[in-house]
Amino acid sequence: MSGATSTATGKEPVAVVGIGQTKHVAARRDVSIAGLVREAARRALDDAELDWPDIDAVVIGKAPDFFEGVMMPELYLADALGAVGKPMLRVHTAGSVGGSTALVATNLVAGRVHGTVLTLAYEKQSESNAMWGLSLPVPFQQPLLAGAGGFFAPHVRAYIRRTGAPGTVGSLVAYKDRRNALKNPYAHLHEHGITLEKVQASPMLWDPIRYSETCPSSDGACAMVLTDRAGAARSPRPPAWLHGGAMRSEPTLFAGKDLVSPQAGKDCAADVYRQAGVADPRRDIDAVEMYVPFSWYEPMWLENLGFAEEGEGWKLTESGVTELDGDLPVNMSGGVLSTNPIGASGMIRFAEAALQVRGQAGEHQVDGARRALGHAYGGGSQFFSMWLVGAAPPAS
Amino acid sequence: MAEVLKAPLVVEFPFTRSLGPVQSAFLSGLRERVVLGVRGGDGRVLVPPVEYDPVTSEELDELVEVAPTGTVTTWAWNHEPRRGQPLDRPFAWVLVRLDGAGTGLLHALDAPDGPGSVRTGMRVRVRWAQDRSGAITDIACFEPYEAGEAGTPGEAGEPAPHDGRFADPVTGIVAPARLDYTYSPGRAQSAHLRALAERRVVGERCPSCRKVYVPPRGACPTCGVATSERVEVGPRGTVTTFCIVNIKAAHTANLDIEVPYVYAHIALDGADLALHGRIAGIPYDRVRMGLRVEPVWPDGGGHPDHYRPTGEPDADYETYKELL
Repeated sequence: MSGATSTATGKEPVAVVGIGQTKHVAARRDVSIAGLVREAARRALDDAELDWPDIDAVVIGKAPDFFEGVMMPELYLADALGAVGKPMLRVHTAGSVGGSTALVATNLVAGRVHGTVLTLAYEKQSESNAMWGLSLPVPFQQPLLAGAGGFFAPHVRAYIRRTGAPGTVGSLVAYKDRRNALKNPYAHLHEHGITLEKVQASPMLWDPIRYSETCPSSDGACAMVLTDRAGAARSPRPPAWLHGGAMRSEPTLFAGKDLVSPQAGKDCAADVYRQAGVADPRRDIDAVEMYVPFSWYEPMWLENLGFAEEGEGWKLTESGVTELDGDLPVNMSGGVLSTNPIGASGMIRFAEAALQVRGQAGEHQVDGARRALGHAYGGGSQFFSMWLVGAAPPAS
Repeated sequence: MAEVLKAPLVVEFPFTRSLGPVQSAFLSGLRERVVLGVRGGDGRVLVPPVEYDPVTSEELDELVEVAPTGTVTTWAWNHEPRRGQPLDRPFAWVLVRLDGAGTGLLHALDAPDGPGSVRTGMRVRVRWAQDRSGAITDIACFEPYEAGEAGTPGEAGEPAPHDGRFADPVTGIVAPARLDYTYSPGRAQSAHLRALAERRVVGERCPSCRKVYVPPRGACPTCGVATSERVEVGPRGTVTTFCIVNIKAAHTANLDIEVPYVYAHIALDGADLALHGRIAGIPYDRVRMGLRVEPVWPDGGGHPDHYRPTGEPDADYETYKELL
């Protein structure tokens, strides 16, 4: 079963051989958008010990154009990303875009269309206001009265009602992720002196979501170099190998939609596990980077992704299983709760999963991580993208 | 068929741009009436300057000063200038290769004698704006430059190297964007809105899955078929879930709503999914899942202003848990 990726489908094995991020901050006023993406791309190339001519194609993603007001930024960024004379694609899937961008790039290598592909996602939130971008005043419609947090908070309340989770679980996630971020030099928030009491005392913004349980607004970019078997053989550092990758979508709102545990998320995870030969994700996966913009989404996604039975996700969080030294570490990098350049956030999850299996996550490395899951979601919980990467190549 | 509603929709926002070193030098230069370009790997001088070589992708930083005079390489006449364009009378859009530059700069040419007076190859010069702030609009436009008629591009010789340094450099600009649309909510929502004016809530039932959508969308998002059967629902409903909003978002700051308030998902009786609304007429900390509510209509009709408790017993969780 674990050989499904390369044998049964005839696909080319795909390896991550270069990873680069910017130091994520509230505002990078010293660089243009081109300068920001260039920095991450250059670092990914340096990690792979490659240069611009070694890249066959470029695949980029970012959140909707309204978020920065640059129409089709891919046109303007072609020079900065060395895409002249090469295919360049842009992917759009709202907040999950960083993940789906990496998967589109992956498929170009898996399908033997290109040998080596640079993929990159970014956001410079300081140049705009995402909250404004999400709430254009459409005539005849009632304004969404509560912003992004207000959109997701009722789903969190529904989760708590459904599972009977204690009200403190969200604060445990935030406390863990902010401490993990202290071990990640690229994370945006470095809250030295963070305590559980401080999280629990932070103001309630959209009850049941507290200020410290929400993500920041960041400027940042993340890039990866993906390559085929031959490229991996030349890699100066251990590659991360793709064992499975999938995307799923569903409408934002429809009769029967489960906003606590969307069907598209379950289907996406099942597809990835089938490709990777994962029978029991809790046992077979060593570390997870999942897209948690509001702390309660950790227990919600633990269930949606099959790491816990329905209604049991919060128990993993509460018992410390998802801590950095736990049995199933989640968001070792500090997660979206500590760093959120929206368009890049999904790719950062994928890249951090790859860093773990390459053994290059530094202070937030999970000892002996062999298989790690990267997860992203976007829109009104309607787009899902995930990949599972391993230290060993897929069996062939 | 009844009339479909329409209304203007203007989307505008003052986006900001951090310039980075090359654009910062270029715009700071314009403020000081200096036009800078950058030398590419092939020796060409690119104006406006770019940060990365369009041929080799290498980082570029060799700035040079080019002349404020140049030659039109191509043009198009603009009969009807629009809001925000460089001139408010008809003008020519031109690509100008400034003397010393190897590429064209897009700008406006003031040609009061009309399109007959414009030609490719004509000599032009920068007309500087009176007030300059470090923006492309510091070049008010180009104007015909008779004195240099005999000149050829590059006659000024090699452009001079420039260190790109200016006192008090411009590091960011505001780039306001504005889009004007005519928005139509379509047939189904227009009918829904007309019913709201009569204080009735009308949705549509999918002919395939039989689910009732409120507000209606004219199509079922899961079955992908058109919906037309109208169904009156509510007006009473059940709060399925909610949050208590303690902060005003930027876009609600101008609405006359005091925080905290309750933002709820409300399943109207007969509807198969919840809509969103505000709950009032009850202390915010007494709102609960299962609360029975009814709309409070504004004077003059339209969307309910908010929903208030009906006083009925709370709905049982089992009756609405599928609508969460």
